[in-house]
Amino acid sequence: MDSDIILSVRDLDIKFTLRGQTLHAIRGASLDVYKGESLAIVGESGSGKSVFVKSFMGLLDANGSITGGEILYNGEDLTRYRTEKDWLKIRGREIAMVLQDPMTSLNPLKTIGKQIEEAVRLHQGLRGSEARRAVLEALADVGIDQPERRYRQYPHEFSGGMRQRVVIAIAIACRPKILICDEPTTALDVTIQAQILELIKQMQKKYHLTTIYITHDLGVVANVADRIAVMYAGGIVEIGTCKEVFYEPLHPYTWALLSSLPQLGVKGQPLFSIRGTPPNLFHEVRGDAFAPRNPQALKIDFLQTPPFFEVSPTHKARTWLLDPRAPKVENPILARVRERRE
Amino acid sequence: MAKYILKRVLRSFVTMLLIIIVVFLLLRMMPIEGYFENYDKLSQTQIDVRLTQLGLKDPLYKQLWNFLKQIFSGDLGVSNVFRKDVSINTIVAEKIPISLQLGLISLAIALALGLPLGAMMARSSRTRWKLWDKFGTVFIVLIQAVPAAAYHILIQFAGSQSSLKLPMLFSQGNLRSYILPIFSLAIGNIAYYAMWLRRYMVDESNKDYIRLARAKGLPGRSISRRHMFRNAMVPLIQYIPNSILFTLMGSLYVESLYSIPGMGGLLVTVIKRQDNTMVQALVLIYAAISILGLLFGDILMAILDPRISFTKKEGSR
Repeated sequence: MDSDIILSVRDLDIKFTLRGQTLHAIRGASLDVYKGESLAIVGESGSGKSVFVKSFMGLLDANGSITGGEILYNGEDLTRYRTEKDWLKIRGREIAMVLQDPMTSLNPLKTIGKQIEEAVRLHQGLRGSEARRAVLEALADVGIDQPERRYRQYPHEFSGGMRQRVVIAIAIACRPKILICDEPTTALDVTIQAQILELIKQMQKKYHLTTIYITHDLGVVANVADRIAVMYAGGIVEIGTCKEVFYEPLHPYTWALLSSLPQLGVKGQPLFSIRGTPPNLFHEVRGDAFAPRNPQALKIDFLQTPPFFEVSPTHKARTWLLDPRAPKVENPILARVRERRE
Repeated sequence: MAKYILKRVLRSFVTMLLIIIVVFLLLRMMPIEGYFENYDKLSQTQIDVRLTQLGLKDPLYKQLWNFLKQIFSGDLGVSNVFRKDVSINTIVAEKIPISLQLGLISLAIALALGLPLGAMMARSSRTRWKLWDKFGTVFIVLIQAVPAAAYHILIQFAGSQSSLKLPMLFSQGNLRSYILPIFSLAIGNIAYYAMWLRRYMVDESNKDYIRLARAKGLPGRSISRRHMFRNAMVPLIQYIPNSILFTLMGSLYVESLYSIPGMGGLLVTVIKRQDNTMVQALVLIYAAISILGLLFGDILMAILDPRISFTKKEGSR
């Protein structure tokens, strides 16, 4: 892994105004993304992972805004961008996106060719027959047969997996540095999922991309990610390499998340599920956001937000359990794995 | 596509035929006074002679056959009361151009103003102050809520009393007298098109493909024009042929307000005067216009929306 930082997010705060109330969606999230890596951001629905990455491209809904922190890219702080003109320097050109549902993310009334061509014209500056040739190449690149014929077809003539290939072709045609995949396989058949992930990996290699996956599917993560960031209630609670997070998880939320994996279940016993619900982000959250759902929470978890404790240069977590003064709490995942081995 | 259009045309033809038959049969149930100018003063023999002349003593199937022959040769019949013994074709041919002229100009103005207003409102609805959106909404609600009669009179009054001194009544050939009626006819349609275009564009703007278009770096202006506007026009375009064709029939209220000798109100007049053949002819014209309007609307829509094809293609699902 290259150690150059391509994108660095510091203490990002994002708030939304909903019916006069303020929703604190992202609460001081920090993240470094390294050039060429593939990073997965995992977390349950509503943890803010989508909002988090959308803010990198200025795609927040009109009622949301960045209220603190910075997003550093190429030496510029993206949180200072106000106008559309600023963001057009980033969108597509530097960071491109693959959305979750390929059935709806293409314009139903435009041909596939025209939709890819828009990206080609904007970001590769090609026109006419050159643009057309680039589109045909892009189609072939993502594994679509008979690109000549497919070029003239409309989205409804494509299957779900094929449409996602087209969406990827559009993203790649922008020639971005970073590719954000927002749950790229959630809406697809299981058999197609692996193909699409494989395709993204190929594209990453071919075009030297940095990829950021957003997902709640730990199976996807294990497949593609070099590093994992675990997100809970608008903050990153643990970050480490894939191996570290899967085999030596540190944060009680990560433990709970991994314990809920069906693969770790014991036959005849009900599957583990996390008790309670995530905190209401309309209210201020004190201490560790996960504490109310954590049966082993310490007193200080309810009072003060823990800092990041570094366990290795690549692995850190935000939990008081890592404080030298904290009592030893056994990591239930390690225990479970050990049990299974014996 | 050709197959689809052919099918729609054939179906429209059958519908029209059925309507002709039903209208014909209904009119046979009307009192026979409707075939005479001075029914009360005639003797029974005179009445019988006239009815025989008109072919109304023939058996029903023969009457229907003759009527169909007449209609399909393009002859709408002869007026009996409204303008006795004048061909309905002549009457209508005098009136239609006037209504059509005013109607088409006003429709063009309504589209030229309503569509940009709607598009501007949709764009502004995503900005902080929504200025255009609020302004447009006030206008639309006002036009929709105030009875048309009220604002037509207001327009007539304001236009004629203002410093412009526009003529209150229509007179053919005097172009200045066209302004107020055209404005009256257009204003409702401006609100109508603005309202629906705004609504469809806002619908489109929340769709995923718009998010993807933004994510790939397309400027907001291009997204509005190339993606949102075009897609929002598909449901609207269906009604445009209908709007165009219905200008033929004029507007009852506007035409009587400005005393325009057009088609508006003609049907009401001939029903009141019990001119059976005129009623029959006008109802058929209305029906034909509706059917043609729907037909053209559907065809336009099929051209614009590739998802409507009705023939299965291989490789699709």
